Amino acid sequence: MSLETVPVLRVDGVSKTYAETVAVKPLSFALPAGSVTGLLGGNGAGKTTTIGMVMGLIEPTTGTIEIFGRDFLKDRYHALGRMNFESPYVDMPHRLTVRQNLTVFGRLYGVRGVADKIEELAADLALKEFLDRPSGRLSAGQKTRVALAKALINEPELLLLDEPTASLDPDTADWVRGHLEDYRRRRNCAILLASHNMAEVERLCDRVMMLKEGSLVDDGSPAELLARYGRGNLEEVFLDVARGRGNGGAA
Amino acid sequence: MSASLEFSIARVGAMTLRYSYLLRSSLPRMLEMMYWPTVQMLTWGFLQTYLLRAPGGLAGADKTTIAAGSLIGAVLLWDILLRGQQGFSFSFLEEMWSRNIANLFMSPLRPAEFVASMMAMSLIRLFVGMVPVTILAIWFFGFNLWALGFAFVAFFAILIIFAWSVGLFVSGLLLRYGLGAESLVWSLMFVIQPLGCVYYPVSVLPGWLQPICWALPPTYVFEGLRAVLGDHALRLDLMFYGLALDAALFVAAAFAFVRLLAAARRAGTLLQTGE
Repeated sequence: MSLETVPVLRVDGVSKTYAETVAVKPLSFALPAGSVTGLLGGNGAGKTTTIGMVMGLIEPTTGTIEIFGRDFLKDRYHALGRMNFESPYVDMPHRLTVRQNLTVFGRLYGVRGVADKIEELAADLALKEFLDRPSGRLSAGQKTRVALAKALINEPELLLLDEPTASLDPDTADWVRGHLEDYRRRRNCAILLASHNMAEVERLCDRVMMLKEGSLVDDGSPAELLARYGRGNLEEVFLDVARGRGNGGAA
Repeated sequence: MSASLEFSIARVGAMTLRYSYLLRSSLPRMLEMMYWPTVQMLTWGFLQTYLLRAPGGLAGADKTTIAAGSLIGAVLLWDILLRGQQGFSFSFLEEMWSRNIANLFMSPLRPAEFVASMMAMSLIRLFVGMVPVTILAIWFFGFNLWALGFAFVAFFAILIIFAWSVGLFVSGLLLRYGLGAESLVWSLMFVIQPLGCVYYPVSVLPGWLQPICWALPPTYVFEGLRAVLGDHALRLDLMFYGLALDAALFVAAAFAFVRLLAAARRAGTLLQTGE
């Protein structure tokens, strides 16, 4: 296999069991550079656990994860500097200003010229007016933009997003999606996105994996899924999958 | 070298910068770091003065040792131990409270670098909190901890390494069990106070308890302090055994931390930290 065809992320037979509870059944997929793959499913479907395993924060019960062509479970540090993530469920220190937080993360990721990089991100993500404000005093929309700045500070080649627009108003959510599309185009970045938001998945993803109770129940591009289920939008497909009806085939 | 074994001073510096931003952002917190050690030093210093002046009170060797400052010296060294551990653990708790643990463990920061930054902050917090108190002790009671010279360096090294060992072990428990284990940060070291023989010699304890006391590095420090002040003898044997025990306990604490971190990854608790 040539280097060009090595996927950024390859997940092979990965599962997670907590005591008696199966959170994720064996799951396999690969993300080529520049692709956006959505993990779609209801609460408890296994989206966050799957993202957590790819982040290296949760140890899989079975399976292997390769990132940039190397075994991530044996040595995660070769990859961590080239990836990043954003989640509304993970926060940044509240008493530090936005600039201080981004400075610390910039240094942790070994970014050269951190101050200039922060100015660049502040201009791109409209952070300038609150760059010197404590992170704890930001609105939900501002916090999301700061979290996105942290996620992009090292210009990751693999970006993991767990419900990146949760609790945002439609205008801010649309703005965030536009920025992610732009970043992916500019950097040929692979994105793994977990979301409940069907419109978001339909807009951003070129592949969607439908999860239910820890299992992959269907897989394809948004257009393929709409055609397979005979539906007009992904929300209707999601309801078909969630309620165990419809014409989809198992992956 | 495996990427997991690399050690970056720059990343340690980034984390130390993060904690120093935090420290500088709150004047009340800086004052609090001096407040409790000052209260302790004054309380025990005045008690020492009273014991020495009370008619029919202390006599002989006890009087000599206490007059030389064994109580006030002990309370200052005890505070180095207690504040050293809390300074380490407090930095870790800050990450838990602010739900920042996942950000850190998904970054290139290695656990050893994270631990090194907490050690650095423990020293910085001790410097801010304890240096003014040691100066106040000279002014109020004429007791100069710094005049102990090499003995003070040895005492400090034994106490701070033990403080880090306890801090490391508690941090591992916090990773694995979350903020339910937070009370250990504030309470675990107090088990050491009676067993470490801070204010009295090991010989006053029941015989069955004494081996337990000698298994704790701080015991060697406080016995050593009394030897220096009472007999003007620097007990190098005590310093050696204290440091040797320290080294063994630090390795055990680091091992426990690594195992608890691995258990946290298996249990998925790194993604569920926070209040």
